[in-house]
Amino acid sequence: MVSGPKLFSYKSSNQPNRRRQSNDANCLHPIWWDTGPALKEATEMNERVAIVGLGWAGFRPTTPDQSYKELMYEAAVRAYSDAGVDPRRDIESYVTVAEDFHEGTSIFDEYVPDQLGAALKPVHTIGGDGLHGLAAATMLVRSGLFDMVAVEGHSKASNILTLPEVTAYAQDPVLNRPLHLNTHFVAGMEMQRYLHETGTTREMCAAVVVKNRANALRNPSAPYGAELTLQEVLDGPPLAWPLGRREVAEHADGAVVLVLASEDRARYLTDRPVWILGVGWCNESASLEGRDWAQGTYVREAAGIAYRQAGIYNPQREIDFAEVDDTYAYKELQALEALGLCRLGEAGELTEAGATAADGDLPVNVSGGSLGMGNLLDATGLARAVEAVLQLRGEAGPRQLEDVEQGLVQSWRGIPTTSGAVVILGN
Amino acid sequence: MRMRKVAVVGAGMTKFVRRAQETGKELSWQAARMALESCDLTLDDVEAVCLGTAPDAFDGVHMKGEYLSDGAGAWRKPYMRSYVGGGTGVFVPIQGWYHIASGLFDVVLVVAEEKMSSYYPHAQAAFLTIFDHTTERPLKPNLLWIFALEMNRYMATYGISKRDIALVSVQHKRSAADHPCALLGDRDITIEDVLNSETLAWPVQRLDVSPVSDGAVALVLAAEHVATRVTDKPVWIEGVGWSLDTCHWTNRDLAYPRYVEHAARMAYEMAGVKEPRKEIHIVEPYDPFDYKALHHLEGLQLAERGQAAQLYIDGVAARDGDMPVCPSGGLLGVGNPIAAAGLMKIAELFWQLRGEAGARQVPGWPRRGLAQAWGDLMQVGTVMIMGR
Repeated sequence: MVSGPKLFSYKSSNQPNRRRQSNDANCLHPIWWDTGPALKEATEMNERVAIVGLGWAGFRPTTPDQSYKELMYEAAVRAYSDAGVDPRRDIESYVTVAEDFHEGTSIFDEYVPDQLGAALKPVHTIGGDGLHGLAAATMLVRSGLFDMVAVEGHSKASNILTLPEVTAYAQDPVLNRPLHLNTHFVAGMEMQRYLHETGTTREMCAAVVVKNRANALRNPSAPYGAELTLQEVLDGPPLAWPLGRREVAEHADGAVVLVLASEDRARYLTDRPVWILGVGWCNESASLEGRDWAQGTYVREAAGIAYRQAGIYNPQREIDFAEVDDTYAYKELQALEALGLCRLGEAGELTEAGATAADGDLPVNVSGGSLGMGNLLDATGLARAVEAVLQLRGEAGPRQLEDVEQGLVQSWRGIPTTSGAVVILGN
Repeated sequence: MRMRKVAVVGAGMTKFVRRAQETGKELSWQAARMALESCDLTLDDVEAVCLGTAPDAFDGVHMKGEYLSDGAGAWRKPYMRSYVGGGTGVFVPIQGWYHIASGLFDVVLVVAEEKMSSYYPHAQAAFLTIFDHTTERPLKPNLLWIFALEMNRYMATYGISKRDIALVSVQHKRSAADHPCALLGDRDITIEDVLNSETLAWPVQRLDVSPVSDGAVALVLAAEHVATRVTDKPVWIEGVGWSLDTCHWTNRDLAYPRYVEHAARMAYEMAGVKEPRKEIHIVEPYDPFDYKALHHLEGLQLAERGQAAQLYIDGVAARDGDMPVCPSGGLLGVGNPIAAAGLMKIAELFWQLRGEAGARQVPGWPRRGLAQAWGDLMQVGTVMIMGR
């Protein structure tokens, strides 16, 4: 009623990376035609936003020698020097992501400004994944209010002695908590439904573990690299059938800081800006009873928004590589299908065939993903984004992919949520 | 640079009560539905949802934003929860503003909810967990205790008497008697009542403090081309500002809220306000304690340092004064469900600027108003300027 004609006015003609045109008859999932809001009429805002600096600390299974503040400081200093900026002079606003119960401190935003150089500046905290923070910072720059914004996310999972209990506190206190549902049990149920509806097998999920942990061996920041065989993954201890212990990402500690800038500022600072071409995020249903268990509807909706902004009509052809959520191995397959990067039920076969390997058609989680780098709680999405930026800059070292121009990053907030975000980056 | 214009087009709020029977989801839903109905929109028109709620510890729900999402109308929608402690209530419409100003969305629903009564027997205990785990928590501080320090410092620095400060509480609670959602409106309250109330942590007495409450408030924000079609009386968001100071509150001069000044200057600059004392017609400063209203008026540059109490003594701050302060009744009168209380101030400006505030209406058809909230460890200021 109020939306009016959805004008597409993003400066697509100016974008150097619009090499592949999209009116492709083979486009399999034209589902993003009207799934979400598009960019509206042109104004004199900052149309384009770039990532100009990144820094991270970690990632390690435990960090007894560093507090969360020291991890944040280390990541921030690296990001600022990478961007070549002075935070007190150049960075106008800061967005951080944190959840109180992960930190053990209420209204945790109190403790973020000092180690970021952000005291007495516009700072706020998002109760979301790192990519939600990245989306918020992108909006702040686009609005024209700021030209340079930093985003921070961190994990100090090793400090949390009772993480399963803490996570269980995210369930509905009236309807679900009395059932004493363990978090992995809920994941097991979701996996079962996903396998059932798509015909995916446990072996296909195990193939994700083998691939990602092998990829992590080429990532110096990934603590969980390993050479596993399919059988070793399948023979691991069961956790919540059909979910096995080795299909779950271990936790890790670390911090990530990204520096975002408007187009003018980005071109001044660097000749290798990584453009944020699209951001989308979506929350499906808080209720365990009323959600879509098999397919990542939230991912599909979030991707629709991001693709629309980026002017992507055929993601299979236009996305060169993806960094997606794999905190449980089956989630990677579910995400690839919801993202429209393959047909429903196809992701498992493609993974077994090696299409998502580092040398495949669509490399997925070349970084090692969460299975290889560790589950970084609220910073998980930012760790995926770091890899995408490194790949697009050509700085990924031994795992560098050739000829990559557009990458996709996706995150999920974990059980019991159906909340996630998608970011499209391009060089 | 011209930014996209954003307007508030609808508002709704639940009654603020001590113990709501409804769950947080239900409170959010009630406020959201009222806001949408007030501007004849439906959830289908809403493109994104922003939620504000203060610490998860109140409800004991991890990722409380996710839990509240369907109640707030965010089913299958882009949904984000932000928080800056007590400043959240005024921050969440700022977040709604940047959703629209970024050009990504045209209609955004902004919901702020707080249910403090889940914490039994009293939400005050939850605040122990906001302090530094190593240096402060072993001292078992609570909010009354640290605000007593701040109030003492404020009174001692400028030589302000308890009697002058009590006047704030009296005026706000009297104003709240006209608010249909108020928890502590009292037309007959006197300065003596405040000065004779139970001492909690000297110099803070019971009637110097706003009540623990449950409630929710929601707004509908729209881009210019939508707002002008939806309503004849859009209220424009003219300026936004926020600032977060260091967490080392013990190193701050508590007599003056520098962070509020930073936030206010940012908002004034964006709104093009050069002389705030002339150009701001209604003020809704954050008043969880009566001295805080004075403290914030000074931070907002609407009074000289140490002189804010004079606005109340001279009647400038009264509802029919030159610069009405908290015509809603503020947190002291309407109640203080943390995040919802801040958004209540924005809703009040919306109703006042549209001339829809009923018995609370400020005379003279005000053109511009300012609302402000504050929070964390006496650390954050959030400011929004609205005009018609």
